[in-house]
Amino acid sequence: MDKRNKISAAYLFLSPALLAIFIFFLIPVLAALLMSFTDFDIYSLGNLGYARFIGLQNYIEIFKDPLFWQSLKNTLYFVVAGGPLSIAVSLTAALLLSSKLVKYKGFFRLVYFMPVVTTLVAVSILWKFIYNPRFGILNYLLGFIGVHPIDWLGNPQWALPAIILMAVWKNFGYNMIIFIAGLQNIPEDLYEAANLEGASEWNKFKNITLPMLAPTTLFVCIITMIGYFQLFAEPYVMTQGGPLNSTLSIVLYMYREGFMWWNMGYSAALAFILFIIILIVSLIQLRVQRETNL
Amino acid sequence: MKKALLYSILIIAAILCLIPFVWMISASLMANGHANVYPPRFLPDKITFIQYEHLFSRLNIVRYFFNSVVVSVGVTVISLLVNSMAGYAFAKYRFAGEKNLFKLLLSFMIIPAQVTMLPLFLMLKYMGLINSYFAIIIPGMTTVFGIFLIRQYLLAIPDSLIEAAKIDGASDFRIYFSLVLPLAKPILITLAIFTFMATWNDFLWPLIVMTNDSMYTLPVALANLIGEHNQDTELMMAGSVVTIIPVVLVFLSLQKYYIKGIMLGGVKG
Repeated sequence: MDKRNKISAAYLFLSPALLAIFIFFLIPVLAALLMSFTDFDIYSLGNLGYARFIGLQNYIEIFKDPLFWQSLKNTLYFVVAGGPLSIAVSLTAALLLSSKLVKYKGFFRLVYFMPVVTTLVAVSILWKFIYNPRFGILNYLLGFIGVHPIDWLGNPQWALPAIILMAVWKNFGYNMIIFIAGLQNIPEDLYEAANLEGASEWNKFKNITLPMLAPTTLFVCIITMIGYFQLFAEPYVMTQGGPLNSTLSIVLYMYREGFMWWNMGYSAALAFILFIIILIVSLIQLRVQRETNL
Repeated sequence: MKKALLYSILIIAAILCLIPFVWMISASLMANGHANVYPPRFLPDKITFIQYEHLFSRLNIVRYFFNSVVVSVGVTVISLLVNSMAGYAFAKYRFAGEKNLFKLLLSFMIIPAQVTMLPLFLMLKYMGLINSYFAIIIPGMTTVFGIFLIRQYLLAIPDSLIEAAKIDGASDFRIYFSLVLPLAKPILITLAIFTFMATWNDFLWPLIVMTNDSMYTLPVALANLIGEHNQDTELMMAGSVVTIIPVVLVFLSLQKYYIKGIMLGGVKG
């Protein structure tokens, strides 16, 4: 009697969350999968009956679509260049802030964390002006070391690197905090033992810090990568995907197809391709982690 | 020597983090066109609040601000309630399939939100909820991350406390409200800050479901404004300042909870 009550109370506590996840997450995921096999478009929006099953047609067309390959290339560039760069900066900042020589740690941590909490759209607008080729403060400051003005966001070669630079500035504080927590969990006596044997700083870093930090690093890699694959607001605000589609990301392309042109079937297929890519890359990272540990 | 090098790196990095914000505030206090000159000015000749006046009197920013407050507070309050109940059930009740159910929920975190957006939009459209606060509040009412965070926290609380209350004859809901929630206060504050900030800063979903000017949240309004005011640097900077002030204030006043939350999610995740 008591036990049954207990169990029904558990289900009562769970039901709002489970219902919400079921209705507003699981059903949409399945519906999106179905949708990706249809030609759902602006006419179907008015009358669902107009949508027809077309099998894998959307996926076939996506693989023939130069804009998709462009957006995939740009997104991979952003993930592969921006992800490791921002993780490296985070780790460096965490190591510096974990040094016993440093005081005012709380202050520095707070300052480095500032960009993380601020609104991405506001920050993107801010950096759009910082990158302004004529009046922007970046070109002005670079002028002092003899760099000629660069049209950061107007040049297809520079636009994505400029967005990466801003993303690193905006995001590194988050992973820095996770790394600091990871560093605190490394037992102090490991370093003391190494000191007794006269190990160099670099050797201690390579043989103690990095291996002990591996689980933290894996976690950071996965969340950073998942986040970076979802690049959207920066190009939407700063470049509208241009110039010459050099900053068109998968999510921006998906948004345009789905919510500007209402090609929702096509857009759903794009979303699933993004999901599958994220899934594969996460699994590879987990695999690599497991194998290097053995 | 080593110490001096360390500090100079840290200080330069701190300056690089702050300069954009200093310039943002400074430009927002300049008269029209004063931020578009060469060489750039780092400080206004004469401080003016004309950009803010423009935002408040002609650009409806009070309305956008209000919208952002309503959805952010709405999502925070409701999701806190829903997530804490679920987190409590996972932490302190034993039922069939509990472990597997929790694992299943965790595995959902790998699915990017974009996958759900198209059907969710249609659902809300047929329910007549596009351009209403519910369009943001309903899908935000629970997150697996939130459930996870609360479960982890409550696992560390001794069962004996709850058993004692039960022996005293307290009902399940009474225990949840008057024992568990007060005990979980630190993690609830953490989750509240996370949720508030994420909702305040969110862009893609509000952009999709708030298509009517009067329903824009601040980020959507800003992104829209830059289309028309591409050259009005000073005005756009003022809009950006108004947008980030609330999150910066929330963060500065409650930063300990926020940073602890990241560490908790990071170390145990």
